[in-house]
Amino acid sequence: MEAVKEQKEMRAVYTETLIEMAKEDPRIVVLEADLMKATGTGSFGASFPDRTFNVGVAEANMVGIAAGLSAKGKIPFAATFCCFASRRAFDQFFISANYARLNVKLVGTDPGVSAAFNGGTHMSFEDIGLMRTIPKLVIFEPSDPVSLKALVREAASHYGCTYMRMHRKPIPLLYAESESFQLGKGKVLREGKDAVIVALGAIMVPEALKAAEALSTEGISVAVIDILTVKPLDQELVLRWAKETGCVITAENHQVMGGLGSAVAEVLAEEPCAVLRRVGVQEEFGEVGTQEYLQKRFGLTADNLIEAVREGIAIKKRELIRTR
Amino acid sequence: MHPSELQALQEKAQEIRRLTIQSIGSIGVGHVGGSLSLAEVLAYLYFYRMRIDPANPRWPERDILVLSKGHAGPALYATLALKGFFPIEWLWTLNKGGTNLPSHADRNKTPGVDMTAGSLGQGLSAAVGMALSDRLDGRKNYVYAILGDGESNEGQVWEASMTAAHYRLGNLIAFTDYNKMQIDGYTKDIMNLEDLVAKWRSFNWHVQRIDGHSILSIDAAVTLAQAEQDRPSMIILDTVKGKGVSWAEGKVGSHNMPVTAEMVQQALKELEAVETLKG
Repeated sequence: MEAVKEQKEMRAVYTETLIEMAKEDPRIVVLEADLMKATGTGSFGASFPDRTFNVGVAEANMVGIAAGLSAKGKIPFAATFCCFASRRAFDQFFISANYARLNVKLVGTDPGVSAAFNGGTHMSFEDIGLMRTIPKLVIFEPSDPVSLKALVREAASHYGCTYMRMHRKPIPLLYAESESFQLGKGKVLREGKDAVIVALGAIMVPEALKAAEALSTEGISVAVIDILTVKPLDQELVLRWAKETGCVITAENHQVMGGLGSAVAEVLAEEPCAVLRRVGVQEEFGEVGTQEYLQKRFGLTADNLIEAVREGIAIKKRELIRTR
Repeated sequence: MHPSELQALQEKAQEIRRLTIQSIGSIGVGHVGGSLSLAEVLAYLYFYRMRIDPANPRWPERDILVLSKGHAGPALYATLALKGFFPIEWLWTLNKGGTNLPSHADRNKTPGVDMTAGSLGQGLSAAVGMALSDRLDGRKNYVYAILGDGESNEGQVWEASMTAAHYRLGNLIAFTDYNKMQIDGYTKDIMNLEDLVAKWRSFNWHVQRIDGHSILSIDAAVTLAQAEQDRPSMIILDTVKGKGVSWAEGKVGSHNMPVTAEMVQQALKELEAVETLKG
């Protein structure tokens, strides 16, 4: 699939989608915790002042209020940085929203290294890991403006809590506007026979495509899956490509422990059919710096993926010889 | 309130206490103290004030009660059973495997329970969300919430308090069950709440402090609270933990305690006697 070069600011797409939905559905409401300027929902607030609730710097309270609104039939989208959405408001999201079987759409912005100049305190490498332990929660991370728009709509029409990790800066369009998406379903962006990169999010999916392109010039054929939903994981797709290639590389802007790397490892451990290498943060706290610096610092680049693919293929060959 | 109505409500409160003790007795242990302290306010709300329909527990126009101190579930279950939300026999399943009556209130298990609570400090935020939603929909109902005094150690209570006042939620009426005790001791020793009235007042709530075991005082306070259109109301109920049963009343250890068959029998006698006295 050929990448289109046009870019859109993710937060603008998020807000525009909420406004579109709110015009059709009076149940859509927005909650913020003094990060409305960052999330970019100000224009939603201007269009629907009665349906916009800024609760101040009180994320736990925001999630609890969202739970109450959803108990009354509203569909609340509550946003804050990933680090606060997960670490700060975890018990409220767990008990008041999920355990109570309510319908809160929690949005974490600035995932992983995209927190850049906010530094380590704001750098969530663990939010997916925390969230994955919540029964029945749907967790997803759009990779471009098109998938963002489609999956926000999917989340609104799904009854039950969701957690969306959202990169908020400008991101190139990966998909045609007509592409359709489903929660729980990944997309094959590129086919290949030697290895498959299962990638997540607006940073790692483009890096995976770059890596696959570079390796193709050496005659190494690498498939790329944009997994989009971490939970429930598209196991059928992962297993099909694991069997097809015998070598799986996961790619995430998050630590591999508890994240996509763990999710895929769990599937492959129960149905061993491929070598696995996991590219992501390896048991480290975040740091301050540019996103570019941090991607290098934590090993989240196409070069890291190329190295992992080479390692994976080497192990695969060794195992084939050993078992022959 | 007519004297006959008052007497009927006082009797309901005693009945709530008897059923609470019997249901906790049926499993042998439970949250006695903070359940008994709520009997009057629950009797008043469910048998006099709240617009509810036991045949239609999810009626959209109904008044809501968020029992934020979710561990007082047994008192709420006794009230709901008496009101006809489910058979009295359910009370004897309290905390047994597969029950619809878990120790902490659960909106998905029990008809008539409006919100899940148990992790303290969370209920008031949910109540704020419900009150915002009702106002948005132009509903005329009220959202009530019951907090514990120990629970008020939780920071989230004060986050929610700020929000309720900021959004001028006149349709939200909260109670604090001020029995002055928490699990580890007296609130003044464990975590001093200092001047609770001044605290809520400074958050710009309409605040009243009353005898939480006087149904007439509760009625007067709720009537005043409802007249307050532009501010949320806090009614601080001066209560006695374990009220009405000598082996629990005023005892810190009554928070969560073993209850034997003999204790149930003794409690039932004491609670009958009070009723006769009043009659």
